[in-house]
Amino acid sequence: MKKTNMWFAGLAAPGVVVMFLLLAGSPRVRATDQASEAKAEVKIDNFTFGPQTLTVAVGTTVTWTNRDDIPHTVVSTEGVFKSKVRDTDENFSYTFSKAGTYPYYCSVHPKMTGKIVVQ
Amino acid sequence: MTNRNQDIIDQKLQNLNNDGIDRRGFLKCMAWAGTGLVWTMSGGIPVSQAFAKGIGKHAGKGGDFSFVQISDSHMGFNKPANPDVAATLQAAVDKINGLATPPEFLLHTGDISHLSRPEQFDNVDQILRSASAKDVFFVPGEHDVLDDNGKSYLERYGKKANGSGWYSFDHKGVHFIGLVNVLNLKAGGLGSLGGDQLEWMEKDVKHLKHSTPVVVFAHIPLWSVYPQWGWGTEDSAQALAYLKKFGSVTVLNGHIHQTMQKVEGRVTFHTAMSTAFPQPQPGKADSPGPMKVPAEKLRSVLGITDVNYVRGQYSLAVVDSALG
Repeated sequence: MKKTNMWFAGLAAPGVVVMFLLLAGSPRVRATDQASEAKAEVKIDNFTFGPQTLTVAVGTTVTWTNRDDIPHTVVSTEGVFKSKVRDTDENFSYTFSKAGTYPYYCSVHPKMTGKIVVQ
Repeated sequence: MTNRNQDIIDQKLQNLNNDGIDRRGFLKCMAWAGTGLVWTMSGGIPVSQAFAKGIGKHAGKGGDFSFVQISDSHMGFNKPANPDVAATLQAAVDKINGLATPPEFLLHTGDISHLSRPEQFDNVDQILRSASAKDVFFVPGEHDVLDDNGKSYLERYGKKANGSGWYSFDHKGVHFIGLVNVLNLKAGGLGSLGGDQLEWMEKDVKHLKHSTPVVVFAHIPLWSVYPQWGWGTEDSAQALAYLKKFGSVTVLNGHIHQTMQKVEGRVTFHTAMSTAFPQPQPGKADSPGPMKVPAEKLRSVLGITDVNYVRGQYSLAVVDSALG
């Protein structure tokens, strides 16, 4: 019953509905533009992220691919992103929408570290 | 065994039998694969002798016993050099079942599974059920706690354990401590025990007599084998400090898929072979990834570790043997 009431309330206030559409619409358009614009790759070979430091533009989608015989993870040191465990040839992608430096590591083999610099 | 290996072992025996020196602070790091060597701890002084002299013949009398350490079964791994890790785990169990002195239990020092999947744990459990020893004590490897921070491992293996899976038990006068050093690893760091576990351990050993033989088992080595590859535990020194009062401490680890020993004062450190695939010697390859060996050589670099306790002599003997 509550849900129905809220729905009617929304219809009764067209201004709110329009604002809602604007809010939902604008990030979706931007995300599409970014995806077609910038992509970058990090390969995992011999327990090493390569390149170890990668510099990309804001909006770039970075894809990590594990080319080792052993599973690895890609985990942001500051909790920004975290992959599930990635076995051989599996990958993980993250889109960087804010400038900054993002250190990360493999939580299974923490000696493996890397950094994404977003400008 | 090649002549070269025999020479290396002879040399080590000579070094260790050069008695009359204080062993405290005596550091010796040794590595070899697929050989057999018996270690006996007696009053904190390590004495070694060639393998196959039947150290186990005393076991079973008057409280003596033996147990077997297996490690790194990596169930689910299917790449070179071992496309069938179930078969080699089964071969390890067959080897255990053929021992002259049946072990009273097994220790599994982690990396039970390759990817922490339920069917991989199920498969290992099923194969281990064919072992003559029915009790198996586990500690997790990093491959057993992927994605869920060890939750499913704990549900399956750690019902009676503390914290993230650590525990202790006593068997015929020997105190066993199973530790977890594969969780909450920090970027750039090594294996980690953490404050809660260390606190528990200090209390756990506090009231034990100094004469109690202690066996500590954990996945990642509790000594600095090769930090460049993460082969060490950052806070292991604290754990070892709690064990200083004991006359006989044996530390059993896995993780590095090869046998390695170090003797430091009254503590003997030992790592076991994997039952799945070998890893390179420290720094001898670009990475610690699986070492590819010809199929006919695989079983010579996989194996089990048989540990014998002889009461009264207050000693533990560690014997590695390859699967083939």
